[in-house]
Amino acid sequence: MKALLMMGCPELPVQTAVALYIANKLNNEGFEVTSAGNKAAISLLLNSDPEKHYIKKVMDLDRCIGALAEKNMDFDLCFVFIHSDSGISYLATVSSLSKAKTVAVIFGKDIEPLIERSAGSVIIAAKAVHNPMPLRAQIDGVKSWAALTK
Amino acid sequence: MNYEILLPNSGFRECADFIKKNFKEVYYVPAGFKIFDNYLVGLPPIPLAVDAGDVIMPYVKPCHGCFVLRVPGGGEVERLRKGKVGEG
Repeated sequence: MKALLMMGCPELPVQTAVALYIANKLNNEGFEVTSAGNKAAISLLLNSDPEKHYIKKVMDLDRCIGALAEKNMDFDLCFVFIHSDSGISYLATVSSLSKAKTVAVIFGKDIEPLIERSAGSVIIAAKAVHNPMPLRAQIDGVKSWAALTK
Repeated sequence: MNYEILLPNSGFRECADFIKKNFKEVYYVPAGFKIFDNYLVGLPPIPLAVDAGDVIMPYVKPCHGCFVLRVPGGGEVERLRKGKVGEG
């Protein structure tokens, strides 16, 4: 099973912490996890996990979209990190290009409009900027991510 | 890519509406459509316009929202006209 973590702008601190947390869960379930993001998002991940205990494979966000569009790779499960309109655009793009079950990981201060626009995806959402615990509680509520791919 | 920004830092819907309202020759393409060596990001169908030899397109940046760009069309204009998915 393959999973993708797709990250946008890392201006909200919870993104990196939650990405590492989800990556650990997925690794433990046997997923091959790829993390895609812009340079800043990937740099934060790699600097937070220098020995790559959690983050095994990374790629540039634009290259990831290109590879999905060209059908050079695909995933079973795709987490899209969303705290702005741009995240919704990336979610719609991945939903259109991939057969993966999509999971919208929504955070920030104004999450309701983002939840409404993520219909069709599994929603993990909490008002969170600095504190990852509300999102972590929702992630822990999912007992098996692999079950979502079946 | 040379470009002029027609609408800065907006939501994708605003950018799509801007293109549909302000240009006559509009084509609709799927997400991931490749143009000017970029793969388009957005809610499909994504509107692209042709105007005075230029392509008018939405462009999403993760940190800055969506922009409407005017880009010198070159060969992309003819490619859009030949391979159009739908016309607005």
